[in-house]
Amino acid sequence: MATLREIRRRINSIKSTQQVTKAMKMVAAAKLRRAQEKALAARPYGRKIEEMVQHLVATVDPTGEPLLKPREPQRVLLVTVTADRGLCGAFNFNVIKQTLHRIDFHKDKEVSLLCVGKKGYDFFAKRDFQVVHHFIQFFNNLDFLHAKQISRFLVDYYLQDRTDVIEIVYNEFKNVAQQNLLIEQYLPLQPAEFEEQKVRIDYIYEPDRETLLKELLPRHLEMQMWRVLLESYASEQGARMTAMENATDNASELIHDLTLFYNRARQAAITKEITEIVGGAEALKTG
Amino acid sequence: MESHVITVEITTPQFKKTFENVISCSAPGVKGRFQILYQHAPFISHLEVGEIKLESAEGTWFFATSGGFLEALNNKVSLLLDTCERADEIDVARAQAAAERARERLKQKDKNIDVQRAQLALARALNRLRVAQRK
Repeated sequence: MATLREIRRRINSIKSTQQVTKAMKMVAAAKLRRAQEKALAARPYGRKIEEMVQHLVATVDPTGEPLLKPREPQRVLLVTVTADRGLCGAFNFNVIKQTLHRIDFHKDKEVSLLCVGKKGYDFFAKRDFQVVHHFIQFFNNLDFLHAKQISRFLVDYYLQDRTDVIEIVYNEFKNVAQQNLLIEQYLPLQPAEFEEQKVRIDYIYEPDRETLLKELLPRHLEMQMWRVLLESYASEQGARMTAMENATDNASELIHDLTLFYNRARQAAITKEITEIVGGAEALKTG
Repeated sequence: MESHVITVEITTPQFKKTFENVISCSAPGVKGRFQILYQHAPFISHLEVGEIKLESAEGTWFFATSGGFLEALNNKVSLLLDTCERADEIDVARAQAAAERARERLKQKDKNIDVQRAQLALARALNRLRVAQRK
């Protein structure tokens, strides 16, 4: 049986762990709020740019624009978006698992990977996968520039004809406790996205439509990437919040049990001492 | 006159702002500056680095932008901008530092320097400084 001192030591150690998890939960909550605000602020821009792209695509011959033209999918580039850090429940592993599924799904094609987030990179780089590039350790000061960088890399990669399809595996933020794992096609842009527009308006274009589209598409893709990063970051913080809350609860429960155990042991020790004294006294009296 | 106004909506990745009762909106198109007034024809344009000017009965505002797109439709102007700062919100010291950095980079005859990028950075910084004067 554990001695009283050992139990006390354990209780103290659990208490300090609990303090850490509590603090992490609070930090995650604050970061989550900021991420959500950013995601919210970015939404109107994304919507507007999509509207414009739709307008233009409806009136332009899409086969002239390489970013719109589907190719025979022989090679697939999977972009896996994980977090830079752990301690957020199954968040990272869910993305990794989904990516592995997807690789399996594409097994008749040539699959390569691009890792966004350190955790995914650590996993895939150590194993036998073809990781073409990685963007890691930037989520802490996430900025639109990062989305730009990643998007540029992907567009260049696609235009250099090094892959036929680019897909993104990422977490979409649903609420604090829930994330949706999604797989989205990034390139080529799917015509299904551009459904028939409501009204055909005769715009004046300056410069011409093709040039405009060439300017708009990369921005649209950057915005798309920005949204993915924000969603993933918000999900990560949400997942961490939940995980840390659970950890804090578990710690409370452990402390409660151990305290009970400690008191019982203390009581037992006292009782034992009393019995010993009484027994000793009795022995002296009769002797 | 009262009813001859347009609505201007400025959208950037960071924020969205709407201005009602605008009489005139002028912006730097890639093919030259233009002005949008009441009942302008449907119009889409690509914008370059420059100054956006909004005039309304309440006053005139100047904005520095580093480019984007403009759509005019049914007396509503939607500006889709990469960056947008109101004249009095511009960080002059930062713009000056940026201009200095860009000039420094252009001066060096190093092959590794992306001249185009430096020129663009210089244009953006000078534009900010110019617009900042107009508050």
